Amino acid sequence: MFDPTVARLTYRGLLGRRRVFLLSGLPLLLLVIAALVRATVGADDAVTANLLTGFGVATMVPLIGVIAGTGAIAPEIEDGSVLYLLAKPLKRPTIIVSKLIVAIGVSVVFTAVPMLLAGFVLNGNSGQLAVAFAVASALASVAYSALFLLLGTVTRHAVVIGLVYALIWEALVGSVVPGARVLSVQQWGLSLAERIAADGTGVSSSVGPVAGVVLLVVVTVLGGWFAGRKLRTLSPQAGEA
Amino acid sequence: MTTLHIEGASRWFGNVVAVNDVTFDVSPGVTGLLGPNGAGKSTLINMMAGFLAPSNGSVTLDGAAVWRNEQAYSHLGLVPEAEGMYDFLTGQEFVLANAELHGLADPGAATHRALATVDMEHAQDRRISTYSKGMRQRVKMASALVHEPSVLLLDEPFNGMDPRQRMHLMELLRQMGEQGRTVLFSSHILEEVEQLASHIEVIVAGRHAASGDFRRIRRLMTDRPHRYLVRSDDNRALAAALIADACTSGIEFDEAENALRIQAVDFGRFTAVLPKLAAERGIRLHTVSPSDESLESVFSYLVAA
Repeated sequence: MFDPTVARLTYRGLLGRRRVFLLSGLPLLLLVIAALVRATVGADDAVTANLLTGFGVATMVPLIGVIAGTGAIAPEIEDGSVLYLLAKPLKRPTIIVSKLIVAIGVSVVFTAVPMLLAGFVLNGNSGQLAVAFAVASALASVAYSALFLLLGTVTRHAVVIGLVYALIWEALVGSVVPGARVLSVQQWGLSLAERIAADGTGVSSSVGPVAGVVLLVVVTVLGGWFAGRKLRTLSPQAGEA
Repeated sequence: MTTLHIEGASRWFGNVVAVNDVTFDVSPGVTGLLGPNGAGKSTLINMMAGFLAPSNGSVTLDGAAVWRNEQAYSHLGLVPEAEGMYDFLTGQEFVLANAELHGLADPGAATHRALATVDMEHAQDRRISTYSKGMRQRVKMASALVHEPSVLLLDEPFNGMDPRQRMHLMELLRQMGEQGRTVLFSSHILEEVEQLASHIEVIVAGRHAASGDFRRIRRLMTDRPHRYLVRSDDNRALAAALIADACTSGIEFDEAENALRIQAVDFGRFTAVLPKLAAERGIRLHTVSPSDESLESVFSYLVAA
């Protein structure tokens, strides 16, 4: 189910010069803001939780998910190089699983690690906040990777649709309309952060931790499975159909 | 010995029929798939390559369907027309990745062999993004040959190549054919196909128009009635002289154009007779132009034949 060559091609394409700047920009910004906040406000649990939720989980994590998830497959479909993977005695699910693992790995590294660091910079992991947010980011990144990888196989406008979803649904609707929160990857990830973080630190989620984890797993598995199906019927002339 | 068998294959996209009930076999040796742009050559190759399901009919490789059959790729090599090919890799890395994806026992040695076959070892450590069109095409070839397939499919391989690169690739494909591999390439240029292919399949407007060796196809193409537009200082006298000869089947005097529209049945004889007759009668020729030499009309004649 895992092909190291597919993974290597995906990884090298994903961390190509331009994209690696995109991927590291937001985490660097988070660390800079964290350092500034610590220097001006000092260590404060509520401020830490606010910043890591608002900028981290609601903005940085979905955006990096879009870049890593769509970037793992959409460019190859766009320029036709995916044909070199398809014209091999390889099962389609193997291609998807290998790509998904790379997308997950890359997005976890570029979200969970900076979140952990930012947490320590902000309040020294007081109330387990740094760990809580790192875990939430890692879990949300898994689901985002699958979701946006699927999007990359379904539409040529994966990046735009992904950005609209990340910015409008997750960041705006999810934080304003209560009902929409239940259907938000961000909230599912936060459900675990709420569980790990100490009480009274201001971390909250609209769903319970069990429901959150179950929904994350379901979305990841369904996304990967459906992407594998799309790849089976992918053809160089799909646009003409 | 591997044979690709296309049986009553059709493919439509919505209301548009791209390939219409095509049946032929591709046997060992070099086969040219000839047809004008938009005739359905790529759709047909994509069906042969297992990238498109036939809407009707079947495409089989030694009896096994190629659609949804990943194992077929162990015997198939493919040179797509699309340019995308992991430009951030070097030529060597690209071919090696293809060898690994095929699960070859010794991908390194196979890569070395394939790059030597296409004569690209000198540039194998450069990034593909720095390659010229011809070099890209050769590395694509190497990636398609790395697992020594018995069937090689090439979609418009000569597009954009300079004459020297074209000769080199033709020589390579000829060798493949002589080794007993089944090689099929598509082209919209008759001369390319004629120089290389021992066998030709002609596709026009999605239909299988002709099949055979290039001499037969060439004869079909040159023997068809040719139309000419001729202007001279005495059109009527020229018309009278020409219609008396067996090389023409009809002449119309176009008053608006002040010219003759001539239908010639024997192309070779007509081109010899026209200047001779004019000279004998002291008629000056102002214009002699073929009016239907477009590839499109040559092909549509073949379909009607």
